[in-house]
Amino acid sequence: MIRRLHSLPGLFAAVLIATLALTGAFLAFDSVQERAGATVPPSGQVSVAAIAAAVQARYPEVERLVRTASGSVIAYYFEADRPGAVLVDPLTGGPIAPHEPSNLARTITNLHRSFLAGDAGRAAAGLGALAMLALCVSGAVLLAGHLGGWKALLRPSRGTMAQRLHCELGRAAFAGLTLSALTGVYMSLATFGIVPDGDSDRPAPALESSAGVRVPVAELAALRAVDLNDLRELAFPAITDPGDTYALTTAQGAGEIDAATGQLLGFTPHGLARRFYETIYLLHTGQGAWPLALLLGASALAAPVLAGAGALLWWRRRGAQPRIAGNVAPQTADTIILVGSEGNSTWSFAATLHAALTAAGHRVHAAPMNALAAEYGGAERVLILAATYGDGDAPASAKLFARRLAASKMRLPVAVLGFGDRGFPRFCQFAEEVSAMLSARGWPMLIAPVLIDRQSVQDFAQWGQALGAAIGTKLDLVHVAARPKTVRLVLADRVDYGAETQAPTAILRFVPPPVDPLSGVWRRWRTPRLPRFVAGDLVGILAPGAEMPRFYSLASATMDGVLEICVRKQPGGVCSGFLHALQPGDAIAAFIRPNPRFRPAAGKAPLILIGAGAGIAPLAGFIRHNRARRPVHLYWGGRHPASDFLYEAELNGFMADKRLAHLATAFSRAPGGSHVQGRLALDAAELRSLIQRGAQVMVCGGRDMAAGVARTIDSLIRPLGFDLRTLRMEGRYLEDVY
Amino acid sequence: MNKIAATLGLATTLAVPALALAPKAEARTVTLTTQLRPYDGDGAYLAIYLTDARGKFHSTLRVAGSKAKYYKHLRDWARGRTAEAGRIDGITGASVGSGQSLRASVEIADALIDAGYQIRIDTAVEDGRDNPSEVVVPLTAAASGKPVAGRGYVAAFRFDM
Repeated sequence: MIRRLHSLPGLFAAVLIATLALTGAFLAFDSVQERAGATVPPSGQVSVAAIAAAVQARYPEVERLVRTASGSVIAYYFEADRPGAVLVDPLTGGPIAPHEPSNLARTITNLHRSFLAGDAGRAAAGLGALAMLALCVSGAVLLAGHLGGWKALLRPSRGTMAQRLHCELGRAAFAGLTLSALTGVYMSLATFGIVPDGDSDRPAPALESSAGVRVPVAELAALRAVDLNDLRELAFPAITDPGDTYALTTAQGAGEIDAATGQLLGFTPHGLARRFYETIYLLHTGQGAWPLALLLGASALAAPVLAGAGALLWWRRRGAQPRIAGNVAPQTADTIILVGSEGNSTWSFAATLHAALTAAGHRVHAAPMNALAAEYGGAERVLILAATYGDGDAPASAKLFARRLAASKMRLPVAVLGFGDRGFPRFCQFAEEVSAMLSARGWPMLIAPVLIDRQSVQDFAQWGQALGAAIGTKLDLVHVAARPKTVRLVLADRVDYGAETQAPTAILRFVPPPVDPLSGVWRRWRTPRLPRFVAGDLVGILAPGAEMPRFYSLASATMDGVLEICVRKQPGGVCSGFLHALQPGDAIAAFIRPNPRFRPAAGKAPLILIGAGAGIAPLAGFIRHNRARRPVHLYWGGRHPASDFLYEAELNGFMADKRLAHLATAFSRAPGGSHVQGRLALDAAELRSLIQRGAQVMVCGGRDMAAGVARTIDSLIRPLGFDLRTLRMEGRYLEDVY
Repeated sequence: MNKIAATLGLATTLAVPALALAPKAEARTVTLTTQLRPYDGDGAYLAIYLTDARGKFHSTLRVAGSKAKYYKHLRDWARGRTAEAGRIDGITGASVGSGQSLRASVEIADALIDAGYQIRIDTAVEDGRDNPSEVVVPLTAAASGKPVAGRGYVAAFRFDM
């Protein structure tokens, strides 16, 4: 619901808001610029009488003095019967420049207020502000949910580039945008008279003045008493009308001054409504408070980017919407698939499962977990595919599941498959809770719950086999997440390690295929290039005839000119076997999957890189790109220094040029062999001090190694008063595990 | 919202124009032509009205600009018409842009012509100038058809009868 509330007005109002935001940013920076150019004398230095006298000396027929919110003073006058307006120096009253409000600024102001479309446009601008307010509030609620509660609102966000951009930028711009939207709504309501602006529709009535002989303005007591910084406007009496008065408006109120006696004839303080409106106006425009104007302007600039990234997210989620062909009605189905998904990605797995079961002759109904019925007519089993949202919460389509389950008396055989990301501290927490709930209510488990890390299609296929065995149906779950567009790359060179220790591992470097000389000059601009990637991203490789891509961590970035991976040959592995058989010049089909979660944080804090075997690839990439020479400590485990010391020569080079500060290795098959976890424990004191100094830990390698490292690091930092969970939440413990 | 605004507009402009809606035989049609100078700014607000010889407000002839909240910038007219007991919505039109002209036909009672009354114009532009009584012409047969320049936004004003 909140998500819908966030995306619908967002999409409809994106253009509206982008226009409001961009014009608003222009106006904010315009007022900052005006303020930068204005001289504002300190309070008590210049009185209104003094500036009025100075201006009148230069422009005898001065008609009106206006002090803008930004502190500029403008004099409106007549000279030789021609009207003029001039920006004057508040200290001397001397002219600075003719006052000519720019057409651009005025057009932008009108675009901002009314889209150049009169009252209808004003109403649209008001609705735009309202939509923006709805977006800010619902966005904050969503972000809090995404990060795991209001207290976690300042934690680093995770996800794809667009997600992180949307979250980080939204968080940074939240205060400014909310303030702009809230005050904008109020100003719009005031424009239409729905809330008061405290501004009288009527002019102050003319007061009875002495109509005596006028004294010089410099001698008027009532004007000498007012500081220039409090002035809003001073209208001079008409020369032709002896009874006319000075009309003075200040920050506090408005009054009339007798031109002969200098007495205040009447003064009406601004009402509460007026003062409130002026505060709203100040908060909306930042005029007279330039740091606020800067904040508002910068926040407004973020709005179009937020809208763009938000629209992209919406489009991707829409692309992942369930499209289940041949979905059977719930009461006639023998198998019910329930999906708990926030971003809909889990639905594509459900669709694969649905298709496989249907092909095997089952009557299958798929629905969101929220749609759990109190009873199903002919169902023999329920299969639950549940993702986890944020810090172990139920995803949107499963929020009602617990309540609905409690209200039902059903007990059907059930299997639970959890989807999650080990990078989150509570991996698959929700799926585990669902299994516990079902067991507690006496639902028999068909097979033990399985948790799938980052949408692993292999794990999904394995789960399918186990499920098939349990229900007596052969299930081949070949899940193809929208087959990616691949590029052709050829092997440039390879370095082989580990043959002696039964761990054949190769460092493979790929480049774009050479340009075919026959393709002609006109095709030169289409010279094949490397796709865009950085170290730590993943390359998906489709072995010939294979349906499922295999992913490998990248040890290089596009700018290195090669795509470098490190591949251990798995017994019976199709893709690793294919890659190990490649000779220079042979081609592969590859695509990039960005892995923004696994990147060193910006800054100079130390990096602790931990890996084993081929897991060194992205770590070597990070070290290679450590141009800032931040202290990097590498812990790596292999089998034997003489056989599989991957990147040995490069690492020595990195040590020499300080890209790598410290290298610690552990070899399991060397005399007195050890694992990388053990090597970490040896350096406990050093590691503790690094972590205390804000070091980030990045782990890459097999699952068992990662679990061992996690235990070691956790016990190592306990004495410091924090734990692994905290480190993970702060984004300081990242894993890339396979 | 428009409706609310309109209602409020009515509420705040309750003033009867003492416009001489006298029988036809005793009134004549007067054409008012106001040509504005080119200026930088949004549409100008104008009030064209009648005063007696001392400048005391008599009645409103024509208003350009529909937002009542800005009327106070037409100071002389707005001050005068507080005494007015009628509506101006029938004689109110859109504001007049830079360099444009406003033509209006009004009925004026014969009794007011050549009787010491004046036609006055107040003008105002947002973030620009307020020009109370920038045009003052006697409502006489002799002044009819002769253009007069204002001190502010009015390049030329003439009335023909």
